[in-house]
Amino acid sequence: MWLPILYFVAQKFKVYEDPRIDEVDEVLPGANCGGCGYPGCRGFAEACVKSEDLGNLYCPVGGNDCMSSVAKVLGRTAVEKEPDVAVLLCNGACSLRPNTNKYDGAGSCTIAHNLYGGETGCQYGCLGLGDCVRVCDFDALHMDTETGLPVVDEEKCTACGACVKECPRNLFELRPKGKKGRRIYVACSNKDKGSAKKIGCDVACIGCRKCEKECAFDAITIENFNAYIDPQKCKLCRKCAPVCPTNAIHEINFPPRKVKVEKEPALAETSSTTSVQSEGATEVVARKPRVKPESTDAPKPDPSSENNPS
Amino acid sequence: MLKTFPKGGVHPPENKLSAQAAIEVFPIPPQVVIPIAQHIGAPSTILVKRGDMVKTGQIIAKTSGFVSANIHSSVSGKVSKIEDVVDSSGYKRPCVIIDTEGDEWEEGISRDASLNSSIALEPKEIIERVLEKGIVGMGGATFPSHIKLNVPSGKKAEYLIINGVECEPYLTSDHRVMLEQPEQLMVGIQIIMKALGVSKAIIGIENNKPDAIETLNKLAPSYPGVSVEALKVQYPQGGEKQLIKATINREVPSGGLPIDVGAVVHNVGTAIAIYEAVQKNKPLIERVVTVTGKSLAKPSNFLVRIGTPISSLIEAAGGLPEDTGKVINGGPMMGKALSNLDVPVTKGTSGVLIIREEEASRKEIAPCIRCARCTHVCPMGLEPYLLMTVSKNSIWEKAEKNDIMDCIECGSCSYECPANRPLLDYIRLGKSKVSQIIRSRRQS
Repeated sequence: MWLPILYFVAQKFKVYEDPRIDEVDEVLPGANCGGCGYPGCRGFAEACVKSEDLGNLYCPVGGNDCMSSVAKVLGRTAVEKEPDVAVLLCNGACSLRPNTNKYDGAGSCTIAHNLYGGETGCQYGCLGLGDCVRVCDFDALHMDTETGLPVVDEEKCTACGACVKECPRNLFELRPKGKKGRRIYVACSNKDKGSAKKIGCDVACIGCRKCEKECAFDAITIENFNAYIDPQKCKLCRKCAPVCPTNAIHEINFPPRKVKVEKEPALAETSSTTSVQSEGATEVVARKPRVKPESTDAPKPDPSSENNPS
Repeated sequence: MLKTFPKGGVHPPENKLSAQAAIEVFPIPPQVVIPIAQHIGAPSTILVKRGDMVKTGQIIAKTSGFVSANIHSSVSGKVSKIEDVVDSSGYKRPCVIIDTEGDEWEEGISRDASLNSSIALEPKEIIERVLEKGIVGMGGATFPSHIKLNVPSGKKAEYLIINGVECEPYLTSDHRVMLEQPEQLMVGIQIIMKALGVSKAIIGIENNKPDAIETLNKLAPSYPGVSVEALKVQYPQGGEKQLIKATINREVPSGGLPIDVGAVVHNVGTAIAIYEAVQKNKPLIERVVTVTGKSLAKPSNFLVRIGTPISSLIEAAGGLPEDTGKVINGGPMMGKALSNLDVPVTKGTSGVLIIREEEASRKEIAPCIRCARCTHVCPMGLEPYLLMTVSKNSIWEKAEKNDIMDCIECGSCSYECPANRPLLDYIRLGKSKVSQIIRSRRQS
């Protein structure tokens, strides 16, 4: 008895929906992370169908493969984009940025940030309470218990930007992954003057402009006493990192540097590569040794240690 | 029966250790650090530069907006630096640093201690003077006073309520001021009454200060319209909305201001600062600060120049005890722990409290057992357990719907919680997020 009424209502109040929305939705990753700027994958699919071209639309999770499938469904051409990855613009590990006081409030970065400058002498640096880890939908962020800083798992990171939005101190930046995953960036966000920074943190960028002078491609700019490397201009020549007096410039996934000094102890060479690990996340941070060894009776460097560890 | 607010409230141990310590004039420090953001609202615009000579009471930063206040030099000397220094907010903010040389006062400021009870200025001139002399609310919120004296058109002030409650445990600065400067307070009240055009003023005092109530009761008959009301000892009796409800039995609507129910509330310290500004032409450059703590050798009340480092106050009160766990700027309920003791005294510093180590640390957080004690003690009738949960899970719409913005951050819920849950921490987080949402909604 109800059937005809239900049928009538269903016909009468039917909402027409472009069938292509479903098709596009099908090829999207279904993470509903909001990284594209739309409310979930369905919202993004609708936006894709409605828009004339796919120029401003990009699913960071699915990447270029996903966008080309979307383009195929809609019969348009997708714009290729270099994949991004989140990087942390702070390197103030516990040992390098000593605590000046103790925070025992609720375990949330935003609460601590609203309250005061933080446990260390740097009021711009990572608070280490893990809001970014909690907000990551892709299990790509983990706290390193030793350094007290979050570590990005570049295999899992989709550059959805959730951590960028969540961090109350704006310490995350989405940067191009780079060729072979290689990238260089300044891991510091402190806007104080150089002298004030040095008191709070050993690895802060002090705005000395040495890297700016070294860079042949005008990729480095100094603003608020803090250097910034423009990933579009940077040619990954690695000339800036060795001149940095505080090791604030991070080189990721590069082979260890070739040692110019003839008699360099092998020990220093291996210790210059810090491997940051946590639950399947591996990111190799190549750094120059903090103190250049001067001893002459040290053994010759082992040539194998100069090879790329990856 | 003593009057009080009807909903919630707690009664923590009073610990008014310094209640009998008379106000001592603190020596002028060799250097003062004067933050230019000492009040709620926009930071002031600095008028001096490095190397300038300034006199005591000279204006060094002027108001930079409607909600802002002038700032004056608290010493005479030379501006040695203008740089970012960590202040009581826990962040580096711009400060003017002055090296003291002598104590030469700006011309026109009367330092005569005699009482001047004839009010010569007209209401408009009083408000201008209060603005010019940089008077802000001295109870702790540091809201610029001239705004409160300006009754918006369409509203009418009927009552002036003077807040002498001092419901925070430990603090005694308002108590001492009422005892030692009762006549100045009374004249200050008359000045505010004239500026507002009201005929009735009520001084609300908690019943744990019988000497202050007696002193003011004796004086009240000679000042028309002023009455003293003894109130029940119950935290947060000194909350603006609670005080209005207790004294004149009116309820400020949600999101409203006291003026909506015809009331204006000022702190006793502010009333005296207004007296000094209007009758003596003196800007707000010093205030009474309680330095107290159970292990402190000599809990005291000091009259301190703005910009004096807190560490020197502690030194004068017997030095930092060995078992110190936290040093708090303000009282134990609403004060904020300091991360640096060289922080300067500002217009809002009512007390410095030193807490022993065994009392300072937070206890382990246990799950909520739904005992509803937080709801029972909330003076605003909110549900703190719910507000914490929705804030923790970022459900801002629900937080707003459950009136999170009505929270006065008194901390009664966190104080009462048997599971030691950080209720207020998360409610504050929710408040900041919800206010951001409301602001962006208004703009669009």
